[in-house]
Amino acid sequence: MLELKNVTKIYNQGLVTEACLFRDFNLTVRDGEFVAIVGSNGSGKTSMLNIICGSIPVESGQVLIDGRDITRTPDFKRYARIGRIFQNPATGTCPELTMLENLSLADNKGKPFGLSRAVSKKRIDFFRDQLAGLQLGLEDKLHVKMGALSGGQRQAVALLMATLSPLDFLILDEHTAALDPHTAEVIMELTNRVVQEKKLTAMMVTHNLRYAVEYGTRMLMMDRGQIVLDVAGEEKANTKIEDILEIFNRISIECGN
Amino acid sequence: MSVFLDLAVSTVTQGLIYALLSYGVLITYRILDFPDLSVDGSFPLGAAVTAVLLAKGVDPYLTLLIAIAVGALAGLATGIIHVRLKVRDLLAGIITMTALFSINLQIAGSNLMIDRSFDTIFTGAPVMALFGGMNLMYRKFVISLILAVLFKLILDLFFSTKCGMLLRATGDNATVVTSLAVDQGRMKILGLVIANALVSLCGAVVCHEQRAFNSTMGTGQVVFGLATVIIGTTIFKKLPFVKGTTAVVVGSILYKVCIQIAISLGLPANLLKLVTAVLFLIILVFGNAGGRKKVKSNA
Repeated sequence: MLELKNVTKIYNQGLVTEACLFRDFNLTVRDGEFVAIVGSNGSGKTSMLNIICGSIPVESGQVLIDGRDITRTPDFKRYARIGRIFQNPATGTCPELTMLENLSLADNKGKPFGLSRAVSKKRIDFFRDQLAGLQLGLEDKLHVKMGALSGGQRQAVALLMATLSPLDFLILDEHTAALDPHTAEVIMELTNRVVQEKKLTAMMVTHNLRYAVEYGTRMLMMDRGQIVLDVAGEEKANTKIEDILEIFNRISIECGN
Repeated sequence: MSVFLDLAVSTVTQGLIYALLSYGVLITYRILDFPDLSVDGSFPLGAAVTAVLLAKGVDPYLTLLIAIAVGALAGLATGIIHVRLKVRDLLAGIITMTALFSINLQIAGSNLMIDRSFDTIFTGAPVMALFGGMNLMYRKFVISLILAVLFKLILDLFFSTKCGMLLRATGDNATVVTSLAVDQGRMKILGLVIANALVSLCGAVVCHEQRAFNSTMGTGQVVFGLATVIIGTTIFKKLPFVKGTTAVVVGSILYKVCIQIAISLGLPANLLKLVTAVLFLIILVFGNAGGRKKVKSNA
């Protein structure tokens, strides 16, 4: 279970550009939930993910995982139990390393990176199986440098890398936004399958309202650092794109957009 | 003809010795994407320590290990200044380099000659037992070749280990390293430690070879290192199966050959650094700056 308790985040504190994004922000995500998060630019979606992952500090409040306070834990330690996929497909993999090397590194997550061989021949078949499961024909490209692959292929490998080792949370930060519509669809389907197969707790920020409606077990809409809509289960299943679009428009008009 | 051959052998020997420094710069500049200027200080540091130890009659082969250790400390200093104290990469290197200049003077003074009565790694008992039949010049060539190949193989092996691959990943995309729950700062420090250990080792070997330490011998070494890495990687750009370590050995030898040709053509020694700078510029422009990776976004 993930809890954000009374989180306050202020950007540029003390400067004229000071902007308070979150004031006493609270959110609880239960194990097994797949939360889709929508909201306009600047509403705090990505900042919230950054706070959870420790990429940015908070001014006050607590971040708890299973009751453990991780507010002061550095980002890399938090990633021991968190997998994250970014908007930019280049962020999730090392372009100069081959796919096999990338996967081998991810496969070793949580274990010491010592002086034993990085690439184990014994794992190649396992990687092939996993890649074949993605159904993108990537299983034949193990020895290709990641930099030579397309954005969609890289994002698929990033998804696989993020979920190779056991994890508490999968964080999806607009992970289909930089992909063409067809590839985005493929990656979204893939994500959904991985989340369900591995029974992951996931949080997905997206600008695609249809994805937010179709996927996940809970949906949040954020606006200026606040949750303005929070639906789950039956209620979410009955929510239509038109409904959230309507809220969206109302908010935008209030903002003067 | 034999004069020409001698010149060729001694030039290649120089290239092989300085390949050790190129390995170091390969790690910082090419793999970690870190322009490490501490090289100009850690190179003479290795030489200074070696000169003092040799003059005290310490076993010549042991001095190499000690040089590696002190170089590692220099790298550690740059690493901690950059990673933990959050000083920019260039400045962190400059700080270490500047501090080392004084430290080197403290260790060995401004000049230190090593008397012929002391053995170096080229005249020590084990080497004489194996290669005693050769004259000194060829012995130097063989020892340098052994050192260059040995450290190339060690590094190649290291890069294929989990730790070595993670180091490559750190320079390639540090976000991935963080995602793997590893402190990327520690990996950077490790890279700087290894790189400066190699650079210091190179300084030590040069000290053995010249039987001398000079406080200014570090000036321009970082430029030399960068040039060899860029020459090497540019030449083999189209041949991805050639390892980086191989490329920089070739780069190092080619560089020394170019300089030797310039000197043979009558270039005054005082103009050497100017020629080096111009040569470096030419390589950068025509090599299309193949060295440092393009600036990454903060994502």
